[in-house]
Amino acid sequence: MKEDVRLMKGNEAIAEAAIRSGCDGYFGYPITPQSEVLETLMEMRPWETTGMVVLQAESEIASINMVYGGAACGKRVMTSSSSPGISLMCEGISYIAGAELPCLIVNVQRGGPGLGTIQPSQSDYFQATKGGGHGDYRMIVLAPASVQEMYDFVFDGFDLAFRYRIPTMILSDGVIGQMMEKVVVTRNRGRMSDEEICRQSGDWALTGRKANRQRHVATSLALEPAEMEATNLRLQAKYNEIEQSEVRYDELMTDDADYLIVAFGSSARIASETVQMARKKGLKLGLLRPITLWPFPSERIADLAARMKGILCVELNAGQMIEDVRLAVAGQVAVEHYGRMGGQLFTPGDVYEAVQEKLLKKRRH
Amino acid sequence: MAQKQEEVQIVPENRVYGRPALLTDRVMHYCPGCSHGTIHKLIAEVIDEMGMQDRTIGVSPVGCGVFAYNYIDIDWAEAAHGRACAVATAMKRLCPDKLIFTYQGDGDLSAIGTGETIHTCNRGESIAVIYVNNAIYGMTGGQMAPTTLVGMKTATSPNGRDVKLHGYPFKIAEMIACLEGVRYVTRQSVGTPAGVRRAKKALRKAFENSMEGKGLSFVEFVSTCNSGWKMTPVAANQWMEEHMFPFYPLGDIKNE
Amino acid sequence: MKEELIIAGFGGQGVLSMGKILAYSGVMQGYEVSWMPAYGPEMRGGTANVTVIISDRPISSPIAHEYDTAIILNQQSMDKFESQIKPGGVLIYDTNGITHHPTRRDIRIFTIDATAEAARRGTIRMFNTMILGGYLKVRPVVTRESVFEGLKKSLPERAWKMLPANEEAVRVGAELIKEKL
Repeated sequence: MKEDVRLMKGNEAIAEAAIRSGCDGYFGYPITPQSEVLETLMEMRPWETTGMVVLQAESEIASINMVYGGAACGKRVMTSSSSPGISLMCEGISYIAGAELPCLIVNVQRGGPGLGTIQPSQSDYFQATKGGGHGDYRMIVLAPASVQEMYDFVFDGFDLAFRYRIPTMILSDGVIGQMMEKVVVTRNRGRMSDEEICRQSGDWALTGRKANRQRHVATSLALEPAEMEATNLRLQAKYNEIEQSEVRYDELMTDDADYLIVAFGSSARIASETVQMARKKGLKLGLLRPITLWPFPSERIADLAARMKGILCVELNAGQMIEDVRLAVAGQVAVEHYGRMGGQLFTPGDVYEAVQEKLLKKRRH
Repeated sequence: MAQKQEEVQIVPENRVYGRPALLTDRVMHYCPGCSHGTIHKLIAEVIDEMGMQDRTIGVSPVGCGVFAYNYIDIDWAEAAHGRACAVATAMKRLCPDKLIFTYQGDGDLSAIGTGETIHTCNRGESIAVIYVNNAIYGMTGGQMAPTTLVGMKTATSPNGRDVKLHGYPFKIAEMIACLEGVRYVTRQSVGTPAGVRRAKKALRKAFENSMEGKGLSFVEFVSTCNSGWKMTPVAANQWMEEHMFPFYPLGDIKNE
Repeated sequence: MKEELIIAGFGGQGVLSMGKILAYSGVMQGYEVSWMPAYGPEMRGGTANVTVIISDRPISSPIAHEYDTAIILNQQSMDKFESQIKPGGVLIYDTNGITHHPTRRDIRIFTIDATAEAARRGTIRMFNTMILGGYLKVRPVVTRESVFEGLKKSLPERAWKMLPANEEAVRVGAELIKEKL
């Protein structure tokens, strides 16, 4: 069979993949730079083909609570937004995590704080990986670096969400959301019936109380501290299992590298060109790209750090992921940060200069 | 000495009232005299009589009704404060064959959840919204609600609700009755046996509308909160009739 | 082969769609492509630019440091991007609205009076395809056949009746472009 290769924006790839991954419902609200997700779905009218529900909600708050309702019924449901909208969703995400429901949330980040700018940024790393909402909860966070990964991670995101009954986020940004690249459009899986959901992830969904089972309740409430602590311990055990099994990362020329860049998403794309520039000039530079931002590839970074002369974290923010990198490196080698903020981008050349400035010169002094 | 009474054996044949099959054995946490228990009972009865237990999903609020899922033996989701209508919207869209209803108080539905409520009504989602209006925040300890009457004393309006300071009591039922997507709006109360019977009919109609895909049905229950109002149950019932009913008159507001 | 191109002008001039046609043409010819817009809040009238990269190898960064070619359609873009062209690279611009002409001597500079020609022909909406035709004359990174296929791919089916006029515009553009010596 001939491959179906298309030129797509990252946001369009999310919409296409949603339909093909057997998504039951999308609930969203327009915000730049991700509005093409909802626009594309409305254009494609999946309710006429797969039966997928697409609804423009009155706010991001309504969107995430619609996701909560759909997820509670055992449906594959998702939303997408950009930074300020995700802030509004944080309460709902905490409830979804607390009630242990599966869902997919896409953040096509823009620069903040506040209303900020509509230009790309990676300044929601903390929000995505450290909480955002209240309470001791986690989301699995996937960081795509290409339009193809935007497409693929919708499938992977739903799989992970249902495997662990956990909210999963695709943390993208305006670069990946707005750019067009070739996408191999693969797979086509159907929506799941109530029975299939039960078979796949256990009998927990709200499908109507049947005579042969107890009533199901989706809730994050437990007023008794002992009960609430037990809930937390169960969550932590699950998070521990995810940390053991689901870490993903990619590497470029790390085998013989003296210096290492750690970058995710669009920054990693830009930095991969920097690595090639450096290699041409004889500098042994490598790149580690965390694909899961939580769980974070701490062990691999610690291993690599042992044989590096310096590490540079390259991020479109003021230095967020660097905290996790430093925790992993645990002082074995100096870890520096290079970033732009407020929607400004760096080029591969800018990153190369930063490597010179922050890693090589400092060592010489 | 009292005369020894003749012992009557209780058997199904002579029973005039049964405990609704869908009420669980759990002891309710509601204060004695609270309207919630009666409203729960009616919901349980109507779902049972419609034979809908295996196809119903309730959405409980934040507020005193938060634990509704402990008392009525159906599947439930507990929503974030004010968001029940959004939660129910997705449920009904994704499971159109199910009976979906929300159960919300005045703080939940007409303060923090006003936006979700109005937009869900306006989209005409075929759900039933059950709105318990006792003019006060019960669970958090008797603070002012949007529906608190003028002059009424609460923990956050200790000198009585002053319209200059707090604005006016909110009649959301009349407001949403203007919306095209709303099919049925009624205001009921369970303070008397006759009121209970009328309220049950209203609930049945709302649930049937939901199953027939006729748009949104809204059943408001003007209720007491004797603890919050700091009255005995009997006095609270009387106060409700004298003060609440004139401002929140009972009956159908919209019935198409 | 790797071509890093920026197209910059006003929103509404068809900057983004010109890039899209080119990107599709690259796909038709089996190349790797990336199309990265500098998106703005304005639907029309603001500045707009798009970076298109066409390569026979996987594209690492969609953000370029310097460009092989810049197509410049307004003065603001000239001021910003003239200096970002690689030595030996190409600058193509429409003289309409340009008051400060490029001054670099280490690049090849071409002009194309597409605005005037499109207006003369009464086909102002073909302006961007005309520029594209001029560009491909100077930088034949994709064949004209691929461009015609790319045009078809990037237009919705309801606009296919415009294909012949667009193809003609590509031919006209190729004749219109002149090297500035």
